[in-house]
Amino acid sequence: MYNLLFFITLIAVGYLAGTFAERYHYRSIHMREKMFINLPAVTMKTVDYPDDRIKSAELVYGSAVISIDYFKRFTASLRNIFGGTIKSYESLIDRARREALLRMKEMAGDSKIIVNVRIETSTIGRNANKKSVGCLEAIAYGTALTVD
Amino acid sequence: MIITNIETVPGKNIVEHFGLVSGSTIRAKHVGRDIMASLKNLVGGELKGYTHLLQESRQQALDRMVDQARQLGANAIVNVRFSTSSVAQGAAELYSYGTAVRIE
Repeated sequence: MYNLLFFITLIAVGYLAGTFAERYHYRSIHMREKMFINLPAVTMKTVDYPDDRIKSAELVYGSAVISIDYFKRFTASLRNIFGGTIKSYESLIDRARREALLRMKEMAGDSKIIVNVRIETSTIGRNANKKSVGCLEAIAYGTALTVD
Repeated sequence: MIITNIETVPGKNIVEHFGLVSGSTIRAKHVGRDIMASLKNLVGGELKGYTHLLQESRQQALDRMVDQARQLGANAIVNVRFSTSSVAQGAAELYSYGTAVRIE
């Protein structure tokens, strides 16, 4: 009985705190994405600028480790029985990638463009070898070009 | 030392290749951070301790790569890639590699 009560409390706390944190995080992501709207990050390797106008090239990178809450982990494990898309993991990965991209742009300073952007994800932490996704790291890196 | 992840350094000419240089580091976090992270796992969100740790280790991997390139006499590294793998429980390996070149 106590076990069940404990479990339900965990789920309730996870749901409330997790939903609030996610909404807050998305609001901050949207705000910062608007701020960096003039700094495009592209996967192309070359740009149209003539070589003598490019002043400097520099490696920039950013990373974020995000984990999901107890409630979402529970719904995802339910979803595993029937199959189909797992929405809760989608938002987890989306948040991690966008946060990593934003941090990369923050590192780029007053550059004009970031070329050859690559995004990688990896699971780290104690749950890495188990089936469940514990937490996830996203890293984005590219070359920031400063143009006259 | 100029580091890029494209094949060239724009505006400069590559005059000499030195081959592959790489740097890696394996880090584990201390127990306090582990406990904090497992608590944070309950409510979700960013694990700041882990993020900080990985950024620090990635910087170290880069530094080691730069040291190696400097010993070869290079002044730039092109086509740099990163990779991450979890080796053991609670430990992560950060690896970075690229081609050391001399530019003019």
